[in-house]
Amino acid sequence: MIKLTVNGKSRSVDVEPEMPLLWVLRDVLDVKGPKFGCGIAQCGACTVHVNGEPVRSCSFPVSAAAGKKVVTIEGLAPRGRVHPVQKAWIDHEVPQCGYCQGGQILVAAALLKKNPDPSDKDIDEAMTNICRCGTYARMRTAIHAAAKSMKPAKA
Amino acid sequence: MTKTMNQTFVPSRRRFLKTTAAIGGGLTVGIAIPEALAQGSKGAEINVWVVVQPNDIVIIRYARSEMGQGSMTSAPMLVAEELECDWRKVKVEYASPNANVRRKRAWGDMASVGSRTIRNSQEYLRKGGATAREMLIAAAAKKWRVPASECVAEKSVIRHAASGRKTSFGKVANDAAKLEAPKEVKLKDPKDWKLAGTSVKRIDIPATVMGRQRYGIDTQLSKMVYAAVAQCPVFGGKLKSADESKIQGRRGIIKVVKLEGAVAVIADNWWRAKEALNDIAVDWDVGTHGGVTSESIMEFLRAGFTQPGVPVVNKKGEVDKALSSATKVIEADYYTPYLAHSCMEPMGATVQIKGDKVDVWCSTQTGEGTLATAAKAAGVPLENVEVHRTQAGGGFGRRGGSQDYTRTAVQIAMAMPGVPVKTLWTREEDTQHDFYRPAAMYRLKAGLDASGNPVGWTTRIAMPSIVATLLHLPLKNGIDPPAVEGFQEFPYSVPNVRMEYAQRDTHVPVGFWRTVGWSQNPIARECFMDELAHAAGKDPYEFRRALLAHEKRPLGILEAVAKAADWGKPLPAGVFRGISVAEPYGSYSSAVIELSVNNKKEITIHRIVTGIDCGYVVNPDNVAAQLQGSVVYALTAGLWGEITIKDGRAEQGNFDTYRMMRMSEMPKVEVVLAPSGGFWGGVGEPGQAAIIPSLLNAIFAATGTRIRSLPLKNHGLTLA
Repeated sequence: MIKLTVNGKSRSVDVEPEMPLLWVLRDVLDVKGPKFGCGIAQCGACTVHVNGEPVRSCSFPVSAAAGKKVVTIEGLAPRGRVHPVQKAWIDHEVPQCGYCQGGQILVAAALLKKNPDPSDKDIDEAMTNICRCGTYARMRTAIHAAAKSMKPAKA
Repeated sequence: MTKTMNQTFVPSRRRFLKTTAAIGGGLTVGIAIPEALAQGSKGAEINVWVVVQPNDIVIIRYARSEMGQGSMTSAPMLVAEELECDWRKVKVEYASPNANVRRKRAWGDMASVGSRTIRNSQEYLRKGGATAREMLIAAAAKKWRVPASECVAEKSVIRHAASGRKTSFGKVANDAAKLEAPKEVKLKDPKDWKLAGTSVKRIDIPATVMGRQRYGIDTQLSKMVYAAVAQCPVFGGKLKSADESKIQGRRGIIKVVKLEGAVAVIADNWWRAKEALNDIAVDWDVGTHGGVTSESIMEFLRAGFTQPGVPVVNKKGEVDKALSSATKVIEADYYTPYLAHSCMEPMGATVQIKGDKVDVWCSTQTGEGTLATAAKAAGVPLENVEVHRTQAGGGFGRRGGSQDYTRTAVQIAMAMPGVPVKTLWTREEDTQHDFYRPAAMYRLKAGLDASGNPVGWTTRIAMPSIVATLLHLPLKNGIDPPAVEGFQEFPYSVPNVRMEYAQRDTHVPVGFWRTVGWSQNPIARECFMDELAHAAGKDPYEFRRALLAHEKRPLGILEAVAKAADWGKPLPAGVFRGISVAEPYGSYSSAVIELSVNNKKEITIHRIVTGIDCGYVVNPDNVAAQLQGSVVYALTAGLWGEITIKDGRAEQGNFDTYRMMRMSEMPKVEVVLAPSGGFWGGVGEPGQAAIIPSLLNAIFAATGTRIRSLPLKNHGLTLA
């Protein structure tokens, strides 16, 4: 049995250690937020946080997540609440089909945690997930807006 | 009333979110987003589009599909505009394809294809709203014993001014549902719209952002099993044998299913199925196409240039005579490659067959097409199938007419009677078994007189027919309509023209790739037009303007975009512009691109101005989003997109060999909305038509090199 925490809940799974985390989440634990897009860590639709770091879960063996905290788009904000990045995504109407957006939001949230005031170049370097609908410009606007909203209010 | 089994989405509003002050420290914001997904809709069905609940919630049914194009919001907006309901109390749900069969197509066409969701349904949607409003008013008037003409509805409230009485939609809905619908209703003049024409927030976005949106791939059913599938890599090939000895007794493996041209493994999760599939030794009968290559296809297309007896799709004047007396004759060949759709959500569907009943859960652009395909594959009547639609993780034409993924999923599920089977393709399978944008060749010839005016123009298009090979429909006069777009209705005032089409079908499946013929024909037409302007020594914008003087709508969008892009004003040293115009899907589009190219053939795109005249704009921000997205889809194709064929199969597989544009490569895009009214044009596809022609024309302006085949990577050109 492999034990891990998913969105705050302890879970144990009896699967092959090399099974990608994506498929453990989707098919074993019924957590559907992380999406399958390529299976080779190219597109990032499967992005989740493992101990706060964004990883491409399609190419991340579940054994590497043992004992760690996994957060998916469903768990980015506590129930009934919304993360500032999610709020910015809604305010700026970022998604089109939306399939990649859970992964995009998780990468953006991790970026802002490390770098509260990212430049366009910082955003380019961090945001390497593919969006086929072409929402890149709105994502950039939303990340800047989220960064602004997360700054501590001036005393 | 008829119940549907579909999801209901509670609309979100930016207004609601804006009332919450942003807070510091990276904490989450303490607001509740309404639970977006609900099930079923009870209430009084006023007509097929409008269901009203006692608490004044109005359910507006949506018949077509949502794949990110936003019509699931803008189509109901048109119903709500006439209904005079409170948009904050509107929920939207999919109409049921099964109910559409049983109720004699009460909801009409359910397909979101060809940029037609709004333009082809706007009239009956608005009438649906207006009819329901009149019935609700009539019910209230009857109760009050006053003439209906003295009552008005606004924001779901009905008032009778003279007596000061008022009631709400919910209170009179049951009575209204029993009334006969008025035969004639007057629709609003769009200038009087209150809701339509404003940037209403898309109803599906909150669920997406919170991770609650459900796509076909997310279907979860009790006792469901999972299938991975491999189809014969050579298109049209058959399965000879599949040796499953290596996966015998492997954990989780349930069954191997052998189909005519595919083999599938069913397991208790998809990863186990896919891993096991890799270990099955498959022998394919590749048929007669195993030796086909891109080169042999190009030769075959090129032979279309000299094919005798092909149909003339557009003829005016005496073109041969005009060309022989021209001062200058210009000739050029253009080539556009096969392209894959690459929806982010790979193909797949979940199917459960219980006796002679079939249920399908999938992402689709055509609920009716999915239903008909499933019925045929399972051998049951249409009435026995239900299609449970979800948001589609991209469509771009891939999830429309072909429905091959539905057929395969049904065939696999037939091996597991009673059990829901979720079939999912790998990315490689998705790329290698697409219905590609057709490869096409164009031969163009034109003559200029001594003043540089075009006197004659001929085009020979050599391209496979989508209509004949995918839809299996007969071609009227031998002409494939999508293949001749932009040439059949040629807007430029050239006195002598002859446009011809040579149907060149190969074994490579072709289909409707976003913007279809308008994604490729303008590359030949608008770049060749640029060649003529250059040969005439004229400014390419002014050259077009003169030839479009009598075509007010193409001229209008060309001028609007040129003006927004400051055409004619000096640019910084080393920066150059390109322009083009097109008339796709009943709309008019144009783009100006500014770029520079350095001595390493690296392109920097400084600015893209892209514009549309779609007649009426229902949701401006959504139209802008479609234009912004279309830039990315077009540039991805123009820069890198190319499916090549070797040994009868597609050479590209995953995103490492079929490259997608990313954030760092996104240029600055400005959108021009120039709706001129009086017609309804499409929105989802027109935004691509002018992008690549303008890009190539700008590259010519910058380098003096005319690019006549794509993608740009094959010319050593890349982004800086």
